[in-house]
Amino acid sequence: MKNRLGKFLVVSVVGVFMLATGTAMAADTIKLGVAGPHSGDLASYGIPTIKAAELVVKDINAKGGVLGKQVELLVEDDVCKPEVATNTATKLVSEGVHVVLGHICSGATKAALGIYKDSNIPVMSPSATNPALTQSGDYPNFFRTIASDDAQARLEVDFALDVLKLKKIAVLHDKGDYGKGLAEFAKAFLEEDPRAEVVLYEGVTPGAVDYSAVVQKIKRSKADAVIFGGYHPEASKIVSQMRKKRMKTIFISDDGVKDDTFIKVAQKYAEGVYATGPKDVSKNPMAIAANEAHKKTYGADPGAFYLNAYSAAIALLNAIEQAGSTDYAAVTNALRTKDVETPLGKIRFDDRGDAIGVGFSMYQVQKGAYVELK
Amino acid sequence: MEYFFELFLGGLTRGSIYALIALGYTMVYGIVELINFAHGEIYMIGAFTALIVVGVLTLLGWNQIAILIIAALAAVIWSSAYGFTLEKIAYKPLRKAPRLSALISAIGMSLFLQNYVLLAQTSDFMPFPALIPDFAFMEPVAHIIGSPELVILITTTIVMILLTFLIQFTKIGKAMRATAQDREMAMLVGVDVNRVISMTFIIGSATAAIGGVLIASHIGQINFYIGFIAGIKAFVAAVLGGIGSIPGAVLGSLVLGWTESFFTGYISSDYEDVFAFVFLVLILIFRPAGILGRSTTEKV
Amino acid sequence: MLSNELKKSFLVSLWFMFLTFPIMVIRVNTVENIVEWRWANLLLVGIGSFFVSALWRYMIRRKEEGVQKSESGIDRVTLSQRLLKDRRFTIPALIVTCIVTLVFPFVFSIYQTNIMITAMIYILLGLGLNIVVGVAGLLDLGYAAFYCVGAYSYALLNYHFGLGFWTVLAIGAGLAAMFGIILGFPVLRLRGDYLAIVTLGFGEIIRLIMENWNEFSFGPSGIANIPRPGFFGMEMNIEQATIYIYFLMIGLALFTIFVVNRLQNSRIGRAWIALREDEVACQAMGIDKRKTKLMAFSLGATWAGFAGVVFAAKTTFINPASFTLWESINILCVVVLGGMGSIVGVIVGAFILVLLPEYLRFLSEYRILVYGAVLVVMMVFRPGGIVETTRRTYQYKEIEPEGALLSPTSK
Repeated sequence: MKNRLGKFLVVSVVGVFMLATGTAMAADTIKLGVAGPHSGDLASYGIPTIKAAELVVKDINAKGGVLGKQVELLVEDDVCKPEVATNTATKLVSEGVHVVLGHICSGATKAALGIYKDSNIPVMSPSATNPALTQSGDYPNFFRTIASDDAQARLEVDFALDVLKLKKIAVLHDKGDYGKGLAEFAKAFLEEDPRAEVVLYEGVTPGAVDYSAVVQKIKRSKADAVIFGGYHPEASKIVSQMRKKRMKTIFISDDGVKDDTFIKVAQKYAEGVYATGPKDVSKNPMAIAANEAHKKTYGADPGAFYLNAYSAAIALLNAIEQAGSTDYAAVTNALRTKDVETPLGKIRFDDRGDAIGVGFSMYQVQKGAYVELK
Repeated sequence: MEYFFELFLGGLTRGSIYALIALGYTMVYGIVELINFAHGEIYMIGAFTALIVVGVLTLLGWNQIAILIIAALAAVIWSSAYGFTLEKIAYKPLRKAPRLSALISAIGMSLFLQNYVLLAQTSDFMPFPALIPDFAFMEPVAHIIGSPELVILITTTIVMILLTFLIQFTKIGKAMRATAQDREMAMLVGVDVNRVISMTFIIGSATAAIGGVLIASHIGQINFYIGFIAGIKAFVAAVLGGIGSIPGAVLGSLVLGWTESFFTGYISSDYEDVFAFVFLVLILIFRPAGILGRSTTEKV
Repeated sequence: MLSNELKKSFLVSLWFMFLTFPIMVIRVNTVENIVEWRWANLLLVGIGSFFVSALWRYMIRRKEEGVQKSESGIDRVTLSQRLLKDRRFTIPALIVTCIVTLVFPFVFSIYQTNIMITAMIYILLGLGLNIVVGVAGLLDLGYAAFYCVGAYSYALLNYHFGLGFWTVLAIGAGLAAMFGIILGFPVLRLRGDYLAIVTLGFGEIIRLIMENWNEFSFGPSGIANIPRPGFFGMEMNIEQATIYIYFLMIGLALFTIFVVNRLQNSRIGRAWIALREDEVACQAMGIDKRKTKLMAFSLGATWAGFAGVVFAAKTTFINPASFTLWESINILCVVVLGGMGSIVGVIVGAFILVLLPEYLRFLSEYRILVYGAVLVVMMVFRPGGIVETTRRTYQYKEIEPEGALLSPTSK
């Protein structure tokens, strides 16, 4: 035992010395890391970000790159799992990445941020909506081009009470990180307000064989509306069951449901469903150009978070250009003080990392398509 | 009171679906003492095959009832084929191997089949058209029980009756019972054990396929992962009822379905799975071989 | 013979073309209402299955011959067993392994070191599960529950009481052991697959409670900012911290190997083996079945507890999604694939199961498919695992003229 301890001490001292000399990074290119789920069941949320980054980088490199250097993409898969995300983050850091576009899932982002923070690398996510990521103040190196969950929940509750004037609301979620988080916020906002009461607060098990029990419960609670936190597969199942049972309950949900796939899957039952989503930017010329570029290069419509990722990539690279270097303090300062034109509009970031100029709107399914409500 | 009745029916529907899958588990276990982990995937493949047939025929504009029947037939045929092949590749070589190795092989096949469908088809949730038309006579009670649920209940009952008839009154049924009791003796009296085992897999897969088509029509969406979750639940149900016993599988499935439904309805949906498992443990403490399981006395 | 083989392969390939026809050839998208026909796939399946089936049958035939040989009394000592016995192999191998292990983190990147740490965590888990499944023969499908207990105990104790890594290491293991006993009690009367399903249920119960009881465990959002282990209060950056954890794990792993080895050769170890072989005979020999089973569960769980604490410290963020049924299955695969009951086997299994998915990343979406296929192939051709257990048995041989009646051999 003594022998082992001695060996360990010697080796660790030597090791620390060796590390102190550090490894020199090749500073010939600006390295943009892209991290997210690129395989597995959540891949459809991560792959569009890669495509956005590829298109932005191609564009910028053609115009001469950033600070005269070409931009290089480092793409890594994290399968939306925290333990894999830490591996991914370490890999990117050890490869000398300067800024990171990612991750996609809030849980994975949380796990990876510690590693990026220790290495002073700015990180921008197009989709991680967990409020604590910016509001806790733990991660000064984190930014995002999407509004956080509490903003969504606030919008849903305000809409339900102010516009639809509902009194009894059932709050449901899919027991997942995103859905439950949103539902908790919604419940809290509703409870603060004397105009409405929460008659039911439940989680549904995703992938269950049958949802009639929960739907019966909703019916029994005599709720005027359901506020659901989660994704479109569960939402479509619940809405279908409700309508099949001839229930007229209003259904309000989040941007996990504001997806055309929801309408296609739920078909006629989707009619009338409300969902929050990022503000409609389809008139923005940069957004139109970005979508066209995607269609031309990949032959299909862009997927989830494409415009958010596109904007994030532009914002990050622009910040490096404005800062004149890849120094952490300079880049983060540029992000906070300089506006940048993106497909989401002209945006800037506040002290905590949220994007100013990016917000949510309420949409409704009318005649088979989502329409933004003013 | 109406609420209770609705929950009861909901549980009955759930239980019926579990039963269709659990039957396959229990039959296979009775004969080869193997937990066929990939059974849930056979159910999923049945649903997907039906989806594919429906997709093609809808585009050709065929009549809805015809599509339903052909899709169900296709699901049964292909699921049985997959079950048969599965047995020949992954289980037959391991008949003399330790039980755990066969289990790992089953797990490997489960992973393989899941990803096979994922890659060959898609990772998205695919909507499944509601093939079962809304019967007019169901309108008055449509808010309690819908036509799909009725069809599920009737189909499950028919399948159960047919299966019991098969096992009790036919020659192949007798051969199955003999093989389940004592494989070597069955071989000695001239039963073609390989054929019996294959038949068991085929029949089990067929029932799972029917379950797949029904549930796909009822829920309205399928994706490559549904087999895993349903498989675990059905396995729990089969064990609950006494694995190896066909009435046990049905009883266990119904009990599980009702437990989940009532727990969700009267207490909370958050912990419904926890409760189901706790319930299972309690039952097994008092009846270690399951509700209808025969506790075999071991001779030393 | 050859024409027979060709005919069989041809028939098999026809069968597979029929079998995979709907799923491989037709792709239906009911969202867009389009149907895609991919005839090229049919050809691929046909040709592929033709060759694969020929190869498969050849390999099966070879396996049968091998089995026949051992049944007829000829000693079949596998390559790995021979290697392990040979001193001339083991000593140099050990030395090389030591050197490589010590130098590894300085030569390779942090990413690779991280993978090694993960592999070692799985060694801990595998050895723990090995006690329950491999040695005592109790099929446990819910082992990840103890892993979860270990990880959450560090996260929560640190969050609420500020306890450090080293303190919780012992506490976490102790808690896991306690849960092992809690699991053990209800299953004392259960056999075989009933035991399996209850352990599966237990694993799910623990995970679901963690997921839903937000007030206690922060639910699906998990717990973040878990501190890494400290080295006498020294502040370390990520590279140093990783290397520190690496050496820590080596220490833990060696400790585990040592303890498990001693356990297997002790009285309780032999009681476990007896339990595995024949429960009734074991009882008849006077071994307290209850105590033996409970010891197996709780001792097995302790290692999961250790592993859980290190996992939480290494990833600095945990949530219930890391402790699902699949995790339990993964650990089970480590044990079975490596060789049940054999310590070296479990180590080999852990490395393969951790490194394989990482190095198969180039296959990207085909990764899990290949993984599943590898599992099946491994089990069909090597059901005992990579390193089959050597057990000391005594074999009765014919009386030699020299007068030796019995000779101890290892089989």
